[in-house]
Amino acid sequence: MRLELQKRAGASTLFSILSPFIALVLTLVAGAIMFVILGKPPLASLYTYFVEPLSDPWAREQILVKATPLTLIAVGLAVCFRSGNWNIGAEGQYLIGGMFGAMIPVLFNDWNSPIVLPLILIMGMLGGALYGLIPAFLKSRFGTNEILTSLMLVYVAQQFVDWIVRGPWRNPQGMGFPGTKKFNESAILPSLWQHADAHYGAVIALVAAIGVWFMLAKTTKGFEVTVLGQSPRAGRFAGFSVKNMTIFAFLFSGAMAGLAGISEVSGSVEKLDDKLSLGYGFTAIIVAFLGRLNPLGIVAAALVLALSYIGGEAAQISLGVSDRAARVFQGLLLFFVLACDTLIHYRVRLLRTPKKLSGKTHQPHSPSQVDTAKAKVWNQVGHGN
Amino acid sequence: MKKTLFALAASAAVMLSAGAAQADGHAKTKACFIYIGPTGDFGWTYQHDEGRKAVEAKFGDKVETAYLENVPESAEAQRPIEAFARSGCNIIFTTSFNYMDPTNKAAAKYPDVKFEHATGYKREHPNVSTYSSKFYQGRYVQGQIAAKMSKTGVAGYIASFPIPEVVRGINSFILGAQSVNPDFKLKVVWVSTWFDPPKEADAAKALIDQGVDILTQHTDSTAAMQVAAERGIKAFGQASDMIKFGPKTQLTAIIDDWAPYYIERVKAVMDGTWKQQDVWHGMDHGSVAMAPYTNMPDDVAAMAKKTEESIRDGSFEPFTGPVMKQDGTVWLKDGEKADIGTMLGMNFYVKGVDDKLPQ
Repeated sequence: MRLELQKRAGASTLFSILSPFIALVLTLVAGAIMFVILGKPPLASLYTYFVEPLSDPWAREQILVKATPLTLIAVGLAVCFRSGNWNIGAEGQYLIGGMFGAMIPVLFNDWNSPIVLPLILIMGMLGGALYGLIPAFLKSRFGTNEILTSLMLVYVAQQFVDWIVRGPWRNPQGMGFPGTKKFNESAILPSLWQHADAHYGAVIALVAAIGVWFMLAKTTKGFEVTVLGQSPRAGRFAGFSVKNMTIFAFLFSGAMAGLAGISEVSGSVEKLDDKLSLGYGFTAIIVAFLGRLNPLGIVAAALVLALSYIGGEAAQISLGVSDRAARVFQGLLLFFVLACDTLIHYRVRLLRTPKKLSGKTHQPHSPSQVDTAKAKVWNQVGHGN
Repeated sequence: MKKTLFALAASAAVMLSAGAAQADGHAKTKACFIYIGPTGDFGWTYQHDEGRKAVEAKFGDKVETAYLENVPESAEAQRPIEAFARSGCNIIFTTSFNYMDPTNKAAAKYPDVKFEHATGYKREHPNVSTYSSKFYQGRYVQGQIAAKMSKTGVAGYIASFPIPEVVRGINSFILGAQSVNPDFKLKVVWVSTWFDPPKEADAAKALIDQGVDILTQHTDSTAAMQVAAERGIKAFGQASDMIKFGPKTQLTAIIDDWAPYYIERVKAVMDGTWKQQDVWHGMDHGSVAMAPYTNMPDDVAAMAKKTEESIRDGSFEPFTGPVMKQDGTVWLKDGEKADIGTMLGMNFYVKGVDDKLPQ
């Protein structure tokens, strides 16, 4: 006996739309079971997790703060994933973006000018894009697997940023703690209102989501992304270049991740330190898929994942569950999103008669690169951060 | 007798405070704790959590406690502190040095909540207190033991961050060692983290490879103790009794006992007598204690006990001259005691430390 995945003739449109919602419900059910096992009241726990934060304006603001980098990174990834390129290294591009952007306020700490802020945002995008260019170049030039190279470069970026904030950029008045000097006023992304934690990064993220939606839905570039993603051959006939698309997709998603990095550094932390890497780049992959690679869906998905962080802290405080529980939720969510997607496109068949080993094995479905990438994503989110 | 009195006083206070708390609209006093590592680090955070449990045991139904573990020392720390303040915590203990700014920022936003920041020095608002212990007193005893026990005459020190508290510990250790063996040397490795078991273990191995045969640490995990046990050298436990992780390895350990302080401060909140303060207690208050002296000859243990006792009763102070700085200049003249300002801001090594202090 063995299990086999067989491609369905046509995926149901209804279920394609419902898929993320089914996944959400399944996550909640699995989460409730987890709470029962932990000895906590399941419904009250889920309430603490997913409803209570929404009733408190402060918690809503914190959700907005968390959703900002997730949205920025995920809309970039949406373009990349849609084009059939698998950038798993957004976390690294996010870090290098943050570092590039920090260059001006760190090296020219006294430079106060209105052009500093736009300049550092551009620098952040540039840093992320250049870092994204490495796996893109390797793929288009040598045919390397971009999933592996982009992922590995995350660790390089983490070590590099760690080194720079402990070494050359360390604040001399910082008692030896890793981290640069605090940025001056003109290098700080302003708060949305007085004393707010939420900053203009949220506005930038929303504008970016709408902009990317427009690009994907209404422009030739968006058409090119979709065509090359769904059928590279057809795309080539239309005169589109797969290689150029790889470069574009990585530059674009890298720039967005870099922008997320610098907006976090400049808006929230106000300096570069060794705690910048919080796994947003990996969580954003869940966000991108949960949002169905649609920029507007991504905004909603980012808010859901941000809620899982803030709710996780609330649950830690009032229920005494470990901080790992929030990560389990995120893992469950990605698992169910991918499982639902798979089951919409494939049916599971149980074959009773095993095929002869010597015979030519019938392969109704060879694992596509998409599935490999998703598996990789799964591994990362599962125990990456 | 003293105990009974205290218990009577405590229960009276509890009764009084219950009335006060109810009048205030709270049934219970809520004490909350922010931890840098996991409660299962069996070092620094573990001891703070033992203090939290002692508060629960002491006040029972009158109190509610909560904690958040693995909270990074960064801007990210402010959100959980604020979340605590909003969840009805009456007093919040933030138990690592670099929670200093997030704690003070949160204190400004929640003036009715009391904040207690461990090992810091900023009290920017009237609702922020700071507290620490004179861990360096235990380091001196350790230094003496190390000098007696070491064959190579070199000990290894796994250090976290060059903040005064850590530098004080290093200096006190080497002064203790030199009181036994004037030529004793100390090697230091900076790991730039409070809690990272693999990194701590690597530092331990590197030090052993450089010829040290006694290890001590200013980090939070038991990793170094375990490495020392594997490699057959001796080591000191840090923050908590780590004898379980090195039954044949641990010489003694500095035990941080936060329970009395936490009970006192939670009670002050209950009574409505909480006031801003800066507390730095040592062995005399029992906030710094030594684990049993094990794996050493009786005469060494007797010497350690004698030193411990003289520090506790105040007849001896580790930072007493003559002491020279690392560069050979005189810091403390014969019989001179260090002033508190220099102690709190200590940013230089004394003679004999084989390391350059990171700036």
